[in-house]
Amino acid sequence: MHLGIFLEQVPDGNMAWWQMLASGLGWTLATAFFAWIMAFVLGSIVGVVRTTDNHWAVRIGDAYVELFRNIPLIVQFFIWYFVVPGLVLAVKRWVVTLDPTQHQFVTAVICLGFFTSARIAEQVRSGIQSLSRGQRNAGYALGLTQTQTYRFVLLPMAYRIIIPPLTSEIMNLIKNTAVAYSIGLVELFFRTREMAEMTFRYFDAFTAATVIYVVIALTANRVMALIERRLAVPGYITGGK
Amino acid sequence: MIEINNISKWYGSFQVLSDCTTSVKKGEVVVVCGPSGSGKSTLIKCVNALEPFQKGDIIVDGISVTDPKTNLSKLRARIGMVFQNFELFPHMRITDNLTLAQIKVLGRSREEAAARGLKMLERVGLKEQAHKFPGQLSGGQQQRVAIARALAMDPIAMLFDEPTSALDPEMINEVLDVMVELAKEGMTMMCVTHEMGFARKVAHRVIFMDQGRIVEDDTKDEFFGKPRSERAQQFLSKILHH
Amino acid sequence: MIGDLDFEVIGRSLPYLLRGLQYTVQLTVVAALGGTFFGTLLAMARLSSFRPVSLTAAGYVNLMRSVPLLLVIFWFYFLAPVIVQSVMGWERPPQIGAERSAYITFIMFEAAYFCEIMRAGIQSISKGQVGAAFALGLNYWQAMKLVILPQAFRNMLPVLLTQTIVLFQDVSLVSLLNVTDFVGASVKIAQRDSRVVEMYAFVAVVYFILCYSLSTLVKQLQRRIAIIH
Ligand SMILES: Nc1ncnc2c1ncn2[C@@H]1O[C@H](COP(=O)(O)OP(=O)(O)O)[C@@H](O)[C@H]1O
Ligand SMILES: [Mg+2]
Repeated sequence: MHLGIFLEQVPDGNMAWWQMLASGLGWTLATAFFAWIMAFVLGSIVGVVRTTDNHWAVRIGDAYVELFRNIPLIVQFFIWYFVVPGLVLAVKRWVVTLDPTQHQFVTAVICLGFFTSARIAEQVRSGIQSLSRGQRNAGYALGLTQTQTYRFVLLPMAYRIIIPPLTSEIMNLIKNTAVAYSIGLVELFFRTREMAEMTFRYFDAFTAATVIYVVIALTANRVMALIERRLAVPGYITGGK
Repeated sequence: MIEINNISKWYGSFQVLSDCTTSVKKGEVVVVCGPSGSGKSTLIKCVNALEPFQKGDIIVDGISVTDPKTNLSKLRARIGMVFQNFELFPHMRITDNLTLAQIKVLGRSREEAAARGLKMLERVGLKEQAHKFPGQLSGGQQQRVAIARALAMDPIAMLFDEPTSALDPEMINEVLDVMVELAKEGMTMMCVTHEMGFARKVAHRVIFMDQGRIVEDDTKDEFFGKPRSERAQQFLSKILHH
Repeated sequence: MIGDLDFEVIGRSLPYLLRGLQYTVQLTVVAALGGTFFGTLLAMARLSSFRPVSLTAAGYVNLMRSVPLLLVIFWFYFLAPVIVQSVMGWERPPQIGAERSAYITFIMFEAAYFCEIMRAGIQSISKGQVGAAFALGLNYWQAMKLVILPQAFRNMLPVLLTQTIVLFQDVSLVSLLNVTDFVGASVKIAQRDSRVVEMYAFVAVVYFILCYSLSTLVKQLQRRIAIIH
């Protein structure tokens, strides 16, 4: 491996290859960040809805999860990038006002946001259902409304319990960002591939990307472990219920 | 204060409660007993509408729990409930367990709620534990906190669902003592329990349930004198001979 | 807009699409079987008390699980000829092509995921079973093959199948190497006939029907296993 290659200038560009990869990493992280916020909010709502007593709401929540779980991510990217603007005139009108990078970024965030939200919904649902029925009853018996019971009693415990699977979801999301390469978003994998093709230094480029992804995974793991410890409930053993 | 009128309940085709009728007057202590699976928990949960039922009606302090116009949260806030497994909120300190509903439901200020909570905690003898988490207390202590949490809401009646059956034997009395005291102060109570010592001491009436039916509804003396049904006699001899 | 759609393109190109789907299924099956085989070996290695072996296995599994599948696909596409060359001692790297390198990729990649499933399966078998097997005089390999693995495999079957459905979807990423799997075939038709909307909508519907039916079957299987236990 020759590190010098990363300092070489990109042809027709005024930056070095390492800067190119760094900008790709920036897009990867930005996409993952916004998609995560969207996924967390949507996933929590759908997950909660699936634990209510309203049959129809539960059905719709289940259908939502199945929809995003049973179509390959790359196909979902094509749907959001090509099919939705092709079918909905209003979207098409809006899309043509965007520059390509904006369009790719927005598509990637929406696509990954929905895709990940279905997975988070599944975690939130199982987290809530792992709590005893008595916790919900205790909330109601004190006069709390359903919303208050979720807000103060059920969700705070459910989120704590599902921190480990949420950690894997964060890492999955960051990895899945690479699929945005399929619609041309200039994220880390796109830049890696570009560097490999233009310099013929496949080994160096792929190794660099691998190292970066591993470092991200390790960091995410550490950060979440820290959060888990910070939020740990004294006297309560997670998973030991 | 609590009137249960001909209620029946089914889980699918399985009938859990069959035409149950009884009442609890103001200041009265009623003990409900019966074999496991006879529907005691279900019945008591119907009183504060934690369980819906298909037939009959329950009137609490003049308000029907089946009336769609009834604000169930408001109604529940006025009835305290204590569960078999304590059901303290594990992620909250004892103080927050005590104040949460006072603030969110009764609209009390934080200080007012904290003062009231602390007073109730003192009453159950656990003032020093205020800043701990539920997981750091023993079972008996947790159950006493749960009672304090219900009392802090200034309930007009208290429901207990086997409050001592999840406890180690040496902790049962500390909880029963609190309940006895409460009864003596004139609290209206409906208690599912197999603690016949408690029933003897403070109950006014004893209800015996079997297979979803109220088989006996006697005064304490009648019940312990000689229950009419054979099932109740069998049941009594079983638990008294432990 | 809807009026402009021409779904006949699907009928016209159906044989081509089906050939793509056939490749997708083939790759899925081979990778699931190969992945289970190597994954089981990896799981045994991870549970080995000989540290160099367990650490190497853990390192491999963690590495595979921290990088995007897309990167792994390109890694193997690029490395496969080099690996074959060095294994066979040839003078020049052979032409392998994306279609065949994908088999290596998915077997190696899935092995890491199947490893974690099998490891959980092996660990779920009580220590008493291992003891009983040894007490009967079986050696390690016999105990594994005859007693532990069959039970672990049966317990984990629903999870293994669910992972296979995920794999079936993940295979679509090979289309980015220009391979004509189901998605790859649809991309080519979509571009040739300018029927992007129709093709991708069709592909999504087909995947949904297949994956949803399969996962429903797996759920039924899971329920039946739960009853037996
Ligand atoms: N959610 C439920 N679905 C179906 N059956 C239930 C449910 N909850 C309780 N039951 C059944 O109702 C009967 C009465 O239960 P319960 O009121 O808890 O009895 P007890 O408290 O007297 O032991 C039992 O046979 C129990 O199996
Ligand atoms: Mg009960």
